[in-house]
Amino acid sequence: MILLLAIVVGSLYAGGLYMIMRRVLIKLIIGLALLAHASNLLIFTASGLIRGRAALVPAGGSLDFRQVADPLPQALALTAIVIGFGVLAFALALVQRTYQVVGSDDLDQIRSTDT
Amino acid sequence: MLTITIAPFLVAILAPAICRFTPRACGWILALLPLGLVLYLASLAPTVWNGQTVVATTSWAPSLGLDLAFRLDGLGLLFALLITGIGVIVVFYSGGYLAGHRHLGRYYVALLMFLGSMLGVVLADNVILLFVFWELTSITSYLLIGFDHEREAARNGALQALLVTGTGGLALLAGLLMAAQITGTYQISGLLAGGDLLRDHPLYPAVLALILLGAFTKSAQFPFHFWLPNAMEAPTPASAYLHAATMVKAGVYLLARLTPALGGTDLWWWTVTLTGAVTMLAGAWLALRKTDLKQILAYSTISVLGILTLLLGIGDEAAWTAMAIYLVAHGLYKGALFLVAGAVDHEAGTRDITRLGGLRSSMPMTAIAALAAGVSMAGLPPMVGFIGKELVLEASMRQQGMITLTAAVAAAGALLFAAAGLAAVRPFFGAAGSPPKDPHEAPLTLWLGPLLLAGSGLLLGLAPGWMNAAAASAAGAIAGSPSPPVKLALFHGFNTALLLSLLTAAAGTALYLGCARLRKLAMPQWGPAGWYDAALDGVMSLAAAQTRILQNGYLRYYLLTMIAATVGLTGYAIARLTALPLGANLGDVQFHEVVLVIVILVSVAVAVRSPSSVTAVAALGVVGLGMALIFVLFGAPDLAMTQVVVDILTVVLLVLVLHSLPQVSRPTKPGPRFRDASVASSAGLLIGLLVLGTAAIEHPADSARYFIENSLPLAGGRNVVNVILADFRVLDTLGEVTVIAVAAVGVFALRRLRERPGEKS
Repeated sequence: MILLLAIVVGSLYAGGLYMIMRRVLIKLIIGLALLAHASNLLIFTASGLIRGRAALVPAGGSLDFRQVADPLPQALALTAIVIGFGVLAFALALVQRTYQVVGSDDLDQIRSTDT
Repeated sequence: MLTITIAPFLVAILAPAICRFTPRACGWILALLPLGLVLYLASLAPTVWNGQTVVATTSWAPSLGLDLAFRLDGLGLLFALLITGIGVIVVFYSGGYLAGHRHLGRYYVALLMFLGSMLGVVLADNVILLFVFWELTSITSYLLIGFDHEREAARNGALQALLVTGTGGLALLAGLLMAAQITGTYQISGLLAGGDLLRDHPLYPAVLALILLGAFTKSAQFPFHFWLPNAMEAPTPASAYLHAATMVKAGVYLLARLTPALGGTDLWWWTVTLTGAVTMLAGAWLALRKTDLKQILAYSTISVLGILTLLLGIGDEAAWTAMAIYLVAHGLYKGALFLVAGAVDHEAGTRDITRLGGLRSSMPMTAIAALAAGVSMAGLPPMVGFIGKELVLEASMRQQGMITLTAAVAAAGALLFAAAGLAAVRPFFGAAGSPPKDPHEAPLTLWLGPLLLAGSGLLLGLAPGWMNAAAASAAGAIAGSPSPPVKLALFHGFNTALLLSLLTAAAGTALYLGCARLRKLAMPQWGPAGWYDAALDGVMSLAAAQTRILQNGYLRYYLLTMIAATVGLTGYAIARLTALPLGANLGDVQFHEVVLVIVILVSVAVAVRSPSSVTAVAALGVVGLGMALIFVLFGAPDLAMTQVVVDILTVVLLVLVLHSLPQVSRPTKPGPRFRDASVASSAGLLIGLLVLGTAAIEHPADSARYFIENSLPLAGGRNVVNVILADFRVLDTLGEVTVIAVAAVGVFALRRLRERPGEKS
């Protein structure tokens, strides 16, 4: 399965990087979103995959840490997902505002702050 | 000794306050500092002249072999006395010269810091410490040359001096570090003791070249001499101090100091002697062609620096003694003449000798000082300059079969004789000139200094025996072994040197009389100054070109460069591995997982390729849901829930914003598109390999074990991921919340910003 996930992560990165090199602002945003997914999945996959067993301590019992998914990378990825969303929301507002002020969504025409 | 090096810096900090408090007297007050230093050094002098050295070491950064190590021997003492002694006069002279200047305090800060740095150079016994002070003299010199920073010429002169001496300083650092590595010590005295090691090392020529580059740039040796005349933009007392009496001699000091380590080889002899000889002749010749007093003095200083370098190149007892005496003589007369030039400029309003004449009646005290110093410069008795010149001639004659060397020294003597006439006689005698101001005697502060310096020159000329001990111990320090006693006398008897002196005086008189004709001789217009300009222009256009290429203003080219560089470098590192460290067990695959992965991959392709933004956003949403499913499958329900919520919000936001954006597609040309796609794909491939590589790593489960075992007992929660977020690593979560809050405020502000008038909407 890790082979498949490696392909997914690689494709997400490739797609994301390709998109942020486009001229149109909205493609830049989609690229950023793809990169966020890619990074989250990278952290998640790199920490080792265990099918189906979440790190939930059963009532009145104990949990063998070797049998369940590592909780720390999950916590990190969760933080990253939320922050990624914050960044995306801000970037979107910025894009909208830029278009209002500059009158173009073409990055080649937005080359200085004095436009 | 740390104290006397630090003291000028401390006083420098106070100088502006003192100057504000008593603008009239601050020169006199601040002159007490160098005066105190002179007295302190004089109190140490008998010890040093008896052949002992005074050592003081304070630990600074011992782990780096860096000590505040100071060492006072005969050579250091000679320089230190010159620096502080002339310092006294320059400091109080400046008070009169710049009286009422707005930035007098600022000037004194730089001047006193320079004094301290210069003392540091000649007292330091650690190569790093020496370098630090060396660079400090360059920096303070920059500030002093550019003191009158509103004039472009001053700024250019300052920058030129800084660049030339700074480049040399870097070479010096490299040379010193190499020498320290070879000898295994950063202590200068240790380095000198390891001289044999250094001279036999295969890297000796490189070390020598680098250190000589540092010394030659500092001491304005040909072909680096051009910065010195341009440095004459400094206020005249600073020129007198830095660019005649002290700083430019730092290079000479360095050569003398390192003679036991680097000297005595054929390479040294030829390089140093030849450079010195060329500088000596070129400087003296160019001096005669100038009409500005300071320019004449600057070029003659270059010539004298050439003589001192030449003597160090010759490198025997006679030459070292001659160097020590000529150093003192030059410091005294050149300092005096510069200060005279300043006084003349101050009172007559010009330094152009063609407009000056007959000033002796209106400025008698200045004229006396000028004449005495001029006699010393010309090398006539009874001044100390005469003794110095005789010693130089004798030292050059001791070289077997080097008649050309003696001839060159004699020729330079004649040229300097004529230059002395131009600088010291011409403005004060003959018919009255036509200066812009009606000249009258300068105030006490302006004539006392030169008179004291010239008077010292006379005194030492009449009683040269006073310098015996100083000269002997300085020569001994240069030799690295105790040197035989020196017996100086004004009159050496009728010998070849005296005959040569008479010849040079006659030739010098002829040159002086004919110098107006000399100035008309055509000279080639090329020279090292042109090379400097060309090099500077070259650097500028290189910077402009690389900025045009790298800082082109297109986001995608920045990204492309960064991604391609990362991929290239990482790819290179991976290509050098013999085997990729991929995980052996790639795990089993189940059918629904394959379907899920295919769905994600297709959605990514659609999101990237679709010409319609709406379709792309929808595909992006599918990718996000696919991610959530992966999380579910691999034991991360919390991640999955968050992902679903965020995904929905993202799509909603995107669709909302899409409404206000134009729906035009701008297809890029196939060429660039292919280029971007291949760079992005290789980055993706690299990261895919990275993921596979992580499968090969055995995970230390310490953190997982800790969190899982302590989740319930310590934090009272069963969902370990939640507990980590809300308890163990709650600061991270606080940071996350802050980011979201800031983003929210940012979004709100961007939405609510009012349009400013004139903006397009």
